[in-house]
Amino acid sequence: MNEQETIAAVLERHNHDGTRLMQILRETQEALGWLAPETITAISKGIGWPRAKVEGTAAFYSFFHLRPRGKYCVLWSDNITDRMLGNRELMQRLCEKLWLEPGRLSEDGLVFVNTTSCTGMCDQGPALLVNYRAVTRMTIDRVDEMAELIRNQVPLAEWPAEWFRVEDNIRRKDALLDHGLVPGEALAAAFARGPQALIEEIKASGLRGRGGAGFSTGLKWEYCRAAPGEAHYVVCNADEGEPGTFKDRVLLTSYADLVFEGMTLAGYAVGAQKGLMYLRGEYRYLKEALESVLARRRSEGLLGRRILDQDFDFDIEIHLGAGAYVCGEESALIESLEGKPGRPRIRPPFPVTCGYLNQPTAVNNVETLAAACLVAAKGGAWYAKLGTAKSAGTKLLSVSGDVERPGIYEYPFGVSVRQVLEDAGAKNCVQGVQVSGPSGVTLSANELERRICFEDIPTAGAFMVFDCTRDMFEVARNFAHFFAHESCGFCTPCRVGTQVVARLMDKLATNHGSPYDIDELFKMHRLMQGASHCGLGNSACNPIFDTLTKFRPAYEKRLKSLDYEPAFDLDAALSQARQMTGRDDAAAHLLNVE
Amino acid sequence: MSEKKKLRVATTSLAGCFGCHMSFLDIDERLIDLLELIEFDRTPLTDIKHCGPCDLGIIEGGVCNAENVHVLREFRKNCKVLIAMGACAVNGGLPAQRNHLDLRDILEVVYETEGSLAKGAHIPNDPELPLPLNKVHPIHEVVKVDYFLPGCPPSGDAIWKFLTDLIAGRTPHLGHGLLHYD
Repeated sequence: MNEQETIAAVLERHNHDGTRLMQILRETQEALGWLAPETITAISKGIGWPRAKVEGTAAFYSFFHLRPRGKYCVLWSDNITDRMLGNRELMQRLCEKLWLEPGRLSEDGLVFVNTTSCTGMCDQGPALLVNYRAVTRMTIDRVDEMAELIRNQVPLAEWPAEWFRVEDNIRRKDALLDHGLVPGEALAAAFARGPQALIEEIKASGLRGRGGAGFSTGLKWEYCRAAPGEAHYVVCNADEGEPGTFKDRVLLTSYADLVFEGMTLAGYAVGAQKGLMYLRGEYRYLKEALESVLARRRSEGLLGRRILDQDFDFDIEIHLGAGAYVCGEESALIESLEGKPGRPRIRPPFPVTCGYLNQPTAVNNVETLAAACLVAAKGGAWYAKLGTAKSAGTKLLSVSGDVERPGIYEYPFGVSVRQVLEDAGAKNCVQGVQVSGPSGVTLSANELERRICFEDIPTAGAFMVFDCTRDMFEVARNFAHFFAHESCGFCTPCRVGTQVVARLMDKLATNHGSPYDIDELFKMHRLMQGASHCGLGNSACNPIFDTLTKFRPAYEKRLKSLDYEPAFDLDAALSQARQMTGRDDAAAHLLNVE
Repeated sequence: MSEKKKLRVATTSLAGCFGCHMSFLDIDERLIDLLELIEFDRTPLTDIKHCGPCDLGIIEGGVCNAENVHVLREFRKNCKVLIAMGACAVNGGLPAQRNHLDLRDILEVVYETEGSLAKGAHIPNDPELPLPLNKVHPIHEVVKVDYFLPGCPPSGDAIWKFLTDLIAGRTPHLGHGLLHYD
């Protein structure tokens, strides 16, 4: 098949439907390697959208390439946990072996090496993506072997299968991971009750959204069901982008039936016939397995027409994201599902009344949907007894960093941070814990009695541990760069603010800082929290604020002086003029400080 | 009753076009009212060459060469409050357009390879001339700046509002109408 035929086949597969642009772009890129200008033109003609709109979407997402990205595209996960495991040194080594610089395609167009945001393998890093397939547990030996394989142009299919092995690392099971349900059991229980009673049951259970915000799932479904519309939709948010979070990966790997059944329950409750799973691009490798679970469920009568012989049709489709953290925000996710750049919408209206294709849409986290099965099968009253008064049920924590046993830990809500650290085998002495990822909260060692629950520390699940040898300033700096990279660019406070913060942190890191810079960081925190368009900008300075409050000496030891300092070497800034004029007199130099 | 002490004010233009100073004069007859409240130290209006202790320092233009650095430092050392006035001081502005080019290439093209120059022309190297910096910087990247007055140039009304706020002890606030980018 030539390129035009390939593009035509992809377009055909998606009915020339522009709202499916994300999938069209991804499938085209998977076939052709990159998205050339003529490819973009062909796609825009094929779906009848202006070319600029198609290019706008393609350019927005990190995983779409408008320039050649080589036969091998190696992207190192750059979360702080990967850094702590030495990813930077390994990437450097790979680049040296391949004679190239990070972020620049090799001269022969063979290979491209760079970093990417957390790929969700924090319990088995350092991790990377090679042509968007996940590789775990990188070592020096693997780097050397990988360089050989790339130089010899060995196809990915012939690379050691072991490299692509992803472990679940489930360390502690509770009600959810030990659910004991068979496929269809929760659905049968729900059908026996009817949709309205199912919603009442979910409300009675006290189930709250597991993405971190904690909105009542029962209320969400009730509002969605009540909202008028031509069609209702269920969306499963599997865009697990918060660095340090990987519990959805495990649920989708080993509990996919439960997640899909939860989506079907939601469809039954809200009156939807279609469910969409938005799977983050980093988890592309899960797609085939998930599709086969869907196929099996269809053949078992658990999806499709007349599910379990009831008057209820429902099916599920998987959409892949393309490397944009902001799409974890539900309205940005919906924009992406519609083929647009993932920019959060202005709310209200909320998705429950005006979501996917402007229809009522219930967007739920993977874990929430799985938990809904438990409620449907075992009852709301039973579920409400688990956990604490305002946080019913259990929570999956993705534990990584300086612990003996990183992995997935399920606890009833209310567990103390200290308990988690003990179970995971915290190493050395604990200096800090980052709960719920960069946008969450940084805890210091004297806060370990605090509890994981909506009453105290709400979390989407990330739990990164830092021992006493770690530099908490570097932790915050890594997060600052993460947000600068992931800002969608829509609003000025976040687009500019995240860059200003990243530069201030770099200025401090290179020992050019002064107390004025610390004041400026606090100022940016207030500004971005108040003026940003969405949660990304609102919370982008959380780790800066927390570490400045709780780990201030880590910043202060980097200050050059108490007076203001420029961020750069003033004398070096005259170097080119000195070179070109041949001057070296006193006036041709500047002291950095007077 | 003793006469209220006037605030001492210094102004200068670094890598700017003096447009902000021209705009300053656009406060027109209000200049007379202003002079009831302030007196000038170093400024293009007085032709005083060096700045003494002042209450306010107003800087137009970014930092493009070594002399700009010295002048800026003199202001910072002598002024209790330092104001960046106009787009060049705030962001680098038009002179910073050269930042995406290599300074060596610019000097070479301008003084050596450009066809219309006299034979034997070379890059000036007289010690009297300040050397250009590799890049043009907004002034807050070189010294601590207390207030920013945006605009290209800020209008006379904006400058008037900003200064009267500051002199009266209010945090300057331009607000709608005075803060715009056309």
